[in-house]
Amino acid sequence: MSQAVATDRPPAISLDKVNKWFGALHVLRDVTLNVAHGERVVVCGPSGSGKSTLIRCINRLESHQEGRIVVDGTELTDDLRALDTIRREVGMVFQSFNLFPHLTILENCSLAPIWVRKMPKDEAEALAMEFLTRVKIPEQAKKYPGQLSGGQQQRVAIARALCMRPKIMLFDEPTSALDPEMIKEVLDVMIELANSGMTMVCVTHEMGFARQVADRVVFMDRGEIVESGTPHEMFETPQTDRLKLFLSQILRGH
Amino acid sequence: MSSTTLGASSAHRTQPPLLVAGPLAWMRANLFNSWLSTAVTLALIYILARAGIGFVDWAFINAVWSVPISAQGVIDPTDCRNIKGVGACWAVIGDKWRFILFGRYPFDEQWRAGVCIALFIALFVVSAMRRFWRKELALIWIGTLFVIGVLMWGGVLGMNFVPHDTWGGLPMTLILATFGLALAFPLAVFVALGRRATTLPAVRYLCIVYIELVRGVPLISVLFMASVMFPLFMPVGLNPDKLLRAQLGIILFGAAYLAEVIRGGLQALPKGQYEAADALGLTYWQKMRLIILPQALRMVIPPMVNNFIGSFKDTSLVLIIGIFDLLTAAKVALAEPAWQGYSTEVYLVLAVIYFIFCYSMSRYSRGLEAEFGRSVRR
Ligand SMILES: Nc1ncnc2c1ncn2[C@@H]1O[C@H](COP(=O)(O)OP(=O)(O)OP(=O)(O)O)[C@@H](O)[C@H]1O
Ligand SMILES: [Mg+2]
Repeated sequence: MSQAVATDRPPAISLDKVNKWFGALHVLRDVTLNVAHGERVVVCGPSGSGKSTLIRCINRLESHQEGRIVVDGTELTDDLRALDTIRREVGMVFQSFNLFPHLTILENCSLAPIWVRKMPKDEAEALAMEFLTRVKIPEQAKKYPGQLSGGQQQRVAIARALCMRPKIMLFDEPTSALDPEMIKEVLDVMIELANSGMTMVCVTHEMGFARQVADRVVFMDRGEIVESGTPHEMFETPQTDRLKLFLSQILRGH
Repeated sequence: MSSTTLGASSAHRTQPPLLVAGPLAWMRANLFNSWLSTAVTLALIYILARAGIGFVDWAFINAVWSVPISAQGVIDPTDCRNIKGVGACWAVIGDKWRFILFGRYPFDEQWRAGVCIALFIALFVVSAMRRFWRKELALIWIGTLFVIGVLMWGGVLGMNFVPHDTWGGLPMTLILATFGLALAFPLAVFVALGRRATTLPAVRYLCIVYIELVRGVPLISVLFMASVMFPLFMPVGLNPDKLLRAQLGIILFGAAYLAEVIRGGLQALPKGQYEAADALGLTYWQKMRLIILPQALRMVIPPMVNNFIGSFKDTSLVLIIGIFDLLTAAKVALAEPAWQGYSTEVYLVLAVIYFIFCYSMSRYSRGLEAEFGRSVRR
């Protein structure tokens, strides 16, 4: 499964002994994780284990306090230029979509190319239409987010992130706010994206998705990476009790 | 989605059945639903009718509309004296309306001030129409205000120069309110943003101190400070004009309150909107201008208009520092010996003028709210 993964290049994302506190709460403990270019990593773990915090540190929606995070060769520091570079290269999809409700679907998608990439408007709109076609909703371009179903909104959110042509995509539980019948349409888009060779870090409890596309599954608990391995290793032969407990809870939930 | 099917099925019963809706049913449900509420309704109708009839008697039936003026221009208000308390003396308005509207502005030049009032109103109407909400609107504002300045001051194009300490009446009120709102609004946006700038503590504390200082004192004291105390601190010769100082006081005062309203909107916006804008790589100002402010400001239209209405009426407080606005002009008009004692009539007219402006703002904001509500929920 990992034949597309480039292991000879420096990693796309590299976290080295990253620590983070919210006040006195230690949410990331010595997290070390390398993601190669083209690699698909699924992060799972119980609620409150720090999964969101981890991927939000990768595009610096949260800042870490100790350790090093290097994304595509740029180290994340307080330097604003580094931040600009990272945000252009890293796209993010949120659990709650976070589309801009006062803008049409097309404007949502073309906004960042126009203002951040300084692309001419018609070019940006053509690009937006291209990606809206890829997520299979070009016909909704003139509507507002409020007029779309949850699944459609999340696909727009994916297209919006892709319009910046990022090298890395982060997903934070993209399907957990969706009704069951809409989960598949979003997962299908994500699977297609994974097959196109995008570097992805995805927080999700969709084990089917993990089995199908992940090169690696990372299990977090209480701010630590407890175990990681291929989906097969992780689901068939879990080593730690914590992962076994977690898997049994997930499976019972399904 | 399926508006066609909806439309088809509702076509059969576009009218609700009688007595379920409609004014009769409403009255029965709200005014006469028990004998107690029927009694209250009837009592109130009686009181309102008495008051209404009394008012019509006073304002119209017994009113004096004009009084004789002698050849020397001396007013003879005897008719008014005779009906005082029974009927209104509208003659005072007929005699004094130009003074009330234009203050001490030279009588023969008052058409200029009148044109300015019309220009202000036209400016408001144009700004209110969404189809003019483009960049050019700023140019229209600058252009109109320039023309108003030229008309009021004169000194060019064959118009006599009129120094601004003789301006007064409604143009003065409109000048104070318009500049007050137009400049307080951008200032308030910056202060509201500054107050939330967690990465710039100096800016943040400056904004907090400003807001708290202004909110801690009444406008009257701000105006007093601007007119009496401020000159004491300034070096001789560098003393901005009284009107300018009062205008600055009004702007600074209004902006502090407006900033708090706008901050409410900024806070009410879901965190996800800020994060999505950040994640796309927008800069701080792009994020604010394109994503945050358009949504936050729409959310606070009602309290903002509430503020606008408040500051429009608050401009009348310049009375106490001797600036000749509408209220001051009315008061001075009433000081004339012939017209002493007819303040009710004059203040009633003033109330109507203020009401027209304030109520238009209120109605307009309701329309705007509905329109924005539609476009977001659609
Ligand atoms: N902004 C914040 N301030 C304070 N504490 C926070 C903040 N964000 C998260 N936390 C806390 O940090 C811990 C980790 O949160 P995080 O959102 O990363 O967990 P998660 O694994 O994503 O959980 P979930 O599955 O519920 O999304 C939790 O205990 C949470 O309460
Ligand atoms: Mg989370």
